[in-house]
Amino acid sequence: MAAKRTKPVSRVAVLKGGRSLERGVSLRSGARVEDALQRLGHDVVPIDAGADLVQRLREVAPDAAFIALHGRDGEDGTVQELLEILGIAYTGAGVSACIRCADKVIAKHVMRDAGIPTPDFFAFNETAFAELGAGAALPTIEERLAFPIVVKPAGQGSALGIKFARTPADVPAALVAAFSYDRKVLLERHVSGRDLAVSVIDAPDGSGPVALPVVEAVPRQENFYDFESRYEIGRTTFVCPAELSEAATHRAQELALDTYRALGCSGFARIDLMLEHQADGGPRGPILGSAERGDPDERDGGGFYVLEAEIVPGLTETSLLPLAADAAAIDFDELIERMLASATLRERGRAVAAPSSPG
Amino acid sequence: MTIDGSGSVPPRGERRSRHSGRELVRYERLFSSRTRAMKSSAMRDLMAITERPDVISLAGGLPDTSTFAPELFAKLMTKVAVDSTARALQYGPTEGIAATVDAIVQVMAEEGTDVDSEDVIVTTGGQQVIDLVCKALLDPGDVVVAEAPTYPGAVPSFGAYEADVVQIEMDSDGMPIDELEATLDRLEAQGRRPKFIYTIPNFQNPGGVTMSLPRRQRLVQVARERELLVLEDNPYGLLRYEGEALPTLYSLDASSARRGGASDYVIYLGTFSKILSPGLRLGWAVAPGPVLAKLNLGKQGADLCSSPMTQLFVGAYFAEADWRDYVGRLRDLYRLRRDAMLQALATHFPPEAHWTEPQGGMFIWVTLPDYIDTTDLLARALQTEKVAFVPGRAAYLDGRGGSSMRLNFSGVDEAAISEGVRRIGKVIQTQVAMYGTLTGARGGQPGEATGQPAPAEPPAPPLADVLELPRRERDAAARRREDQ
Repeated sequence: MAAKRTKPVSRVAVLKGGRSLERGVSLRSGARVEDALQRLGHDVVPIDAGADLVQRLREVAPDAAFIALHGRDGEDGTVQELLEILGIAYTGAGVSACIRCADKVIAKHVMRDAGIPTPDFFAFNETAFAELGAGAALPTIEERLAFPIVVKPAGQGSALGIKFARTPADVPAALVAAFSYDRKVLLERHVSGRDLAVSVIDAPDGSGPVALPVVEAVPRQENFYDFESRYEIGRTTFVCPAELSEAATHRAQELALDTYRALGCSGFARIDLMLEHQADGGPRGPILGSAERGDPDERDGGGFYVLEAEIVPGLTETSLLPLAADAAAIDFDELIERMLASATLRERGRAVAAPSSPG
Repeated sequence: MTIDGSGSVPPRGERRSRHSGRELVRYERLFSSRTRAMKSSAMRDLMAITERPDVISLAGGLPDTSTFAPELFAKLMTKVAVDSTARALQYGPTEGIAATVDAIVQVMAEEGTDVDSEDVIVTTGGQQVIDLVCKALLDPGDVVVAEAPTYPGAVPSFGAYEADVVQIEMDSDGMPIDELEATLDRLEAQGRRPKFIYTIPNFQNPGGVTMSLPRRQRLVQVARERELLVLEDNPYGLLRYEGEALPTLYSLDASSARRGGASDYVIYLGTFSKILSPGLRLGWAVAPGPVLAKLNLGKQGADLCSSPMTQLFVGAYFAEADWRDYVGRLRDLYRLRRDAMLQALATHFPPEAHWTEPQGGMFIWVTLPDYIDTTDLLARALQTEKVAFVPGRAAYLDGRGGSSMRLNFSGVDEAAISEGVRRIGKVIQTQVAMYGTLTGARGGQPGEATGQPAPAEPPAPPLADVLELPRRERDAAARRREDQ
């Protein structure tokens, strides 16, 4: 890692804020990143990504850009594209991985093609309902997915716009809500079970990505329909490492690494999974690791499902990546140092550097 | 789990202390249980971006302070400096400076309410009254009865004191008192006794409705019969644009008490924020003696006294300027803005929407069809139309209000009001049309259409034009308003 930076002190632009709906979270993540980078001895220049972003980046001419932007622009490849044009190295995933991860529909297709279990889904553009009569296909979709159905905007990272439809009558309003955030939405089978997150970070020795300990989000109140509570301090308890059998932990981490590779991530990412509760009629989805069914520690009969990958995970006091790093004895400053080390110079017309051999 | 990886605590002041991902866990055991009610939410993040300069915000609750003459401001500050620099820079009495209390007595007399200056305490904004009343009256789990919707700014205060808030849905005459009595009976049967009833009787925030005279009289009776306190929050009473002023709950109770004009069961909350300036941070409470003593004690713990500098400014203002004239000019300004908003709503909102028509104050409450969630609508309005409002859920403690919104008409000029309402209307029309498309498809011949190729047609017009949306007509609009 030390060999990668030639200068002892580097000038790092921390990109934060922006115009996305997750602006608030991004500002909090960015502020913590700046503090850590300063403690690490870097020359830190915070930049609130606005209309003058390109001009500011040209003025500052940083050695690297640390992307702490969440949501639109920061995670969908837009800012990454600009940084490549400006010839500035940046942290995390490259443009194509951003595009794959920021759109839940594309990400789920990639996972499905790669044989990674993800809940069944159907996705539509707004125009499909207006111009192609897609609404008439809803009963068929509902029959295939079975209620409750989760309706999500394709490109929104936070809990905003995610709705549960418990009956056919709920579906139109849920779609209208989801279309408030994106022109594309997905209807997804609801997986009832344990809510897990596995953070992945590239090893400092260049040996490839490593999965950190599994985090479990345990809602304090038993209301799994309340998505918002998962993101509120005090209403959800985060347990790390999650209380899983060794085999289940291993499977969750393997799946996270498979997802990371399939989506072409680099540097770091957080993969969100569900571990389905044993349903009355048995699990409906693929069962992984069924060979271990005899394991007395294996309390969880259902299968794992990957929901999505976050390529700019939150870095606030309540975020999951810092929590997982801590459980792996990587403190916050070291985590930030390692994330910064992922900053690579990517040039157009050249293949994106493999995660194992960053610029 | 140890906080420090080495098992030892780093010496205080060491430059590179350990910065753990477990910071939340580290502090969480130190937080009081009541902070759990002080939650952050996705909606708060949404509201954070309403303040961007390129957004037309109908979300705020701001008076228009640009109407105050800078020359007068300079003159008054000079007078404060010449007459009382040392006093302005010094601590003051907890109950407030006499010149400010005299101004308060004048303002209340203007609303037909005679108060004894002994019964007044000057506070740091009206907001502090809510906090002090909660502090003086509430144990965790005590019941507060509030209107539905209620003032969103009161919700964090109720939460901080772990109140159990019971909300009573309003109609066009404010809180229905028979509903209130039924609720009080039900609470009593459950062995829960409310400590106070929180109401904004004039041009309610956010509802925009005004409590009728019979309900005011009955509410005061109920409070007396049941020996309950009423917190009468009246920031907008003097901002009436039409109709007859109604007596305050405080004055109604005081005349029932028949003992020297003081009320037994009403705590009155007033403020200079809407008739002069919110930047002064000056409000007041008028309360029965024993309650006033507790508020005073609470205030000593909170901030000792409100700023003598701004209190002296108020004293100078009331001595040197015609405060009634200024309030009159504000009324004229806001009346035009209210009318502009009502007109824009009639023009740009779909017939499915209905709204209150306030006789004063700063807010209009709009309710949309129940399939529209105004939190989601705000996300789209911000992103595609750069316009903001307050989603209705902020005014409820139980998740209701999801299809309503609060619009402010005092903070921006008429052109911005019309444009802002037009933009919100456009987003609503889009969603109404989409819902129509979705439900229409289902209501048609399900199954039959499935699998059929889409008819080859020329490119479709924008969504809002796909469904025919009849413009509301004047008489239809009037009828809907009567229904409120």
